[in-house]
Amino acid sequence: MFQYTGYILAGVVGTVAITVAAFLIGAVLGVPLAVASRSAYRVVRWPAISVIEVFRSVPNLVWLFLVFFGLPEVGIRLGPWATAIITLGVTSSAYLAEIYRGGFSGLGQGQWLASKALGLTTWDRGRYVLAPQLARVVSPTMATYAISLLKESALASTIGVVELTFRGGLVAQRTGDGLTTFVVVGLVYLVLSLPLAYTSRRVDSRLRAKFSVG
Amino acid sequence: MDGFLADLQILAPGLGTALQLAGLSLALAYVLGLVLALLVDARQRVVRIAALVVIEVGRGLPLLVILYLVYRGLPQVGFYLDPMPAAVIAFTWSIGAYASEIMRSSLNAVPPGQREAAAALGLAPRSAYRDILLPQAARIAIPPLMNLAIKAFQLTSLAYTITLSEVMQAAYLRGSVTFEYLRTFVAAAVLYAAVAIVASLLVRRFERRLHRHL
Repeated sequence: MFQYTGYILAGVVGTVAITVAAFLIGAVLGVPLAVASRSAYRVVRWPAISVIEVFRSVPNLVWLFLVFFGLPEVGIRLGPWATAIITLGVTSSAYLAEIYRGGFSGLGQGQWLASKALGLTTWDRGRYVLAPQLARVVSPTMATYAISLLKESALASTIGVVELTFRGGLVAQRTGDGLTTFVVVGLVYLVLSLPLAYTSRRVDSRLRAKFSVG
Repeated sequence: MDGFLADLQILAPGLGTALQLAGLSLALAYVLGLVLALLVDARQRVVRIAALVVIEVGRGLPLLVILYLVYRGLPQVGFYLDPMPAAVIAFTWSIGAYASEIMRSSLNAVPPGQREAAAALGLAPRSAYRDILLPQAARIAIPPLMNLAIKAFQLTSLAYTITLSEVMQAAYLRGSVTFEYLRTFVAAAVLYAAVAIVASLLVRRFERRLHRHL
């Protein structure tokens, strides 16, 4: 089985690509979703909250199948890679929006009101007052989410994306050595999550150092 | 609409299997989680490290890989398992690892003064644990453990990959007969969302009740 180790390792590229791309999509789309879900207007708030709830209550595997097998019926045809990245990205936006929301409520009203009293424009208040503080509060949680997204990316193998788990499945089939193969695949996932865990701790302490007051 | 209702009817037995899998593995996972949480603080180094490895591997590997490891890997060392027992083992490992982390951090979240006060009152360590620390830790741990249960239910969709006849398999088979994949997967999504949303409303209510006297 070990002559296929290189073949399995090549799957790292796909796994990382899906994770990074989906995370970026989710991180960007999550911002308007989080802002809308805290809006003062009910017509804005309710749809946003509903979207977040629905995305989070349906398992990711169901979303993947819905998009990959279901949407072609209405003329939307996406390849396996595009399906995986877009679907995981869009569902991530709901999870990340919840993380942002948690950060917002942790900050308290004082900062927002004080910056208003200082006469900053709404954009400047968001950009210079809220965003930096929010980044410090939410970045460890976001890193934890990134690790779970790395594991979720294994789901892409079920719709034929040739990433780590898919390659492992092929090798297991070909060599008949499922035990060693999936132990190797599992180790690769563990190794991949290490730098993320390390970065999260580093970013956390650096941001703390930069922003800590008193 | 008739077709949609027929889909729901066909998927319903799969929901029963999914709930069975979730229930069975949660019951085992909570026990495993408590055992692991206690073993991590064991006096013997070997026990401590072994418990940590079980936890970190359970949390660090994608559930899909754990499923494959059990279902496709174990037969090589002579363990032939049906899909259901294989899924229960994999789920118990993964969910148990998360549960142990929740229980551990809840035990640590009990203020140290409580332990000291129990010692000052002359309570035996065993009694301090059972009558003072565990009840307070349980109150902290119960809401996240219930959310974990909802997550476990959603994850049952993955058991489809090891041919367990749950909702996703039923949906896929139904789709391959009617070619109405979109409708059928929407029906599957509705089933999952219904259970998850009702369950999370109950959790929220229960959480409020827990904190009524605090």
